Amino acid sequence: MTTAAPQAGARQRFHSIRRYPLFRRLLLIFGLPAFLVVIWWISSERADSFFYPALSDIVATFAPTWFEGRITADVFPSLGRLLAGYGVALFVGISLGIAIGLSATLRSFSEPVLEFLRAIPPPVLVPILMLFFGIGDAMKIVVIATGAVWPILLNTVEGVRGVDEVLRDTARTYGLGSVTQLRTLVLRASSPQIMTGARQSLSIAIILMVISEMFAAHNGLGFSIVQFQRSFALPEMWTGIILLGLLGVGLSIVFRLIENPILHWYRGQRQSQRGG
Amino acid sequence: MLEVEGLQKIYRSAAGDTEAIRDLTFEARAGEIVCIVGPSGAGKTTLLRCISGLLEPTAGRVTLEGEEVVGPARGMAVVFQEYARSLFPWLTVSQNVELPLKEKGLDRKTRRQLVEQSLEAVGLADVPNSYPWQLSGGMQQRVAIARAVAYEPHILLMDEPFAAVDAQTRADLEDLVRDLWERLGITLLFVTHDIDESIYLGQRVLVLSGRPTVILEDVKVDFPDQRDQLTTRNDPEFGRLRAHVYDLVQEAKRGFRPDAEAESGASVSTS
Repeated sequence: MTTAAPQAGARQRFHSIRRYPLFRRLLLIFGLPAFLVVIWWISSERADSFFYPALSDIVATFAPTWFEGRITADVFPSLGRLLAGYGVALFVGISLGIAIGLSATLRSFSEPVLEFLRAIPPPVLVPILMLFFGIGDAMKIVVIATGAVWPILLNTVEGVRGVDEVLRDTARTYGLGSVTQLRTLVLRASSPQIMTGARQSLSIAIILMVISEMFAAHNGLGFSIVQFQRSFALPEMWTGIILLGLLGVGLSIVFRLIENPILHWYRGQRQSQRGG
Repeated sequence: MLEVEGLQKIYRSAAGDTEAIRDLTFEARAGEIVCIVGPSGAGKTTLLRCISGLLEPTAGRVTLEGEEVVGPARGMAVVFQEYARSLFPWLTVSQNVELPLKEKGLDRKTRRQLVEQSLEAVGLADVPNSYPWQLSGGMQQRVAIARAVAYEPHILLMDEPFAAVDAQTRADLEDLVRDLWERLGITLLFVTHDIDESIYLGQRVLVLSGRPTVILEDVKVDFPDQRDQLTTRNDPEFGRLRAHVYDLVQEAKRGFRPDAEAESGASVSTS
């Protein structure tokens, strides 16, 4: 009848890295990145190739390239389109996913179409969408949304289908209304799968953000990188690529911060089922 | 209070129909504990799902306090066998108990009072903020019972609620259920496969036949309301009743049917 023990055990294994002293923790987190940077630094210093500029040049170019206007002129618009497209994908994916997951009829009705649509690589839609939406923000948001919606949608459908029957029965016998059932039962029970889909979609959304800007744009990260490449401003081009990588890291940290409180129960439950 | 009349349930499927329940008629009076035992596969869970309005009977009707049950009824609460799957893992213990009360539209103060009282009643006043998965199996089932009690049902249905807990916890929970029943004056319908448990808890024990299910016998259990694990179970009358119910269940397993439908008895073994 102890309640504290399994909880503490679970916490410990969750964040197992926290058990190490500070120095080892830093080494674990930054060891490999630091090693790769050193390799890059040394090899590029000696390379003497126009297309493979020294990392020291790239680093020196970074601040003037981005912090003198491009942050607001290119990075923010890119981020805005990314968040808009991803937001649309989340909304459409989760709401459609719940509807399809809850209704067997709707599921068999829509399955062939969904399979067909998700097999189409979103970049090939860019030229077509340009015809309908022009080359402005709307086109890019639509491209991002149409590409990123699939993992969210399909995972949500699976999550909703997997809601425990006993839990459904419990909700019914206590007369929980449909709004409560949706909020407290269906959404929460499928949140692990929804988050899995959302995580996959985030990286797809970043890729599509860049691609959509490479086709046709007048600003943005992808646009800038292509411009640098075409004008043979290679150190600048490399800084753009690095910035994209950093952006990805930053967004995944934000994602984790949002995900942790949502899935706290799920991780705890799994730990205790493993005999924690 | 609760009347079941001519209840029949046939599961239809492409592979053929399965008649789980043939014809069940019984009633439970207000404030009574009725236990239902039968061999495994006797359609006990099907019966309980029909009574609770989760499943629509093929024929017959279930009436609760004069109203026909067509869906989950307000005056009824159900405790399932699978405690780990009937509690919401993303809600704390007290949130689990409180959720149905919110849906009932009770105000915050009443809700808090009911949650506190019912957790106190099942001996879990000290863990309101734990999550169900942090508790042992017996404690989780106590949470489910507290949730049912807080809902203030007129009738409580329990579907083999202690089948998955260890023997000692089971004895504690049996006493808890008797204690709650005495204090709250509710009607209790308790499904179990454990013959001793049915006699210890019940004022009546309904013994079911094998599939397709009918009632073999309605056994009266004539013990005083004050029961305890030691003296009640050692009473000679307890032994006699256990032997009697045991014989009935054995007969049911062999396919005996009171309505002398020999041919349907034969079809049971093939289905």
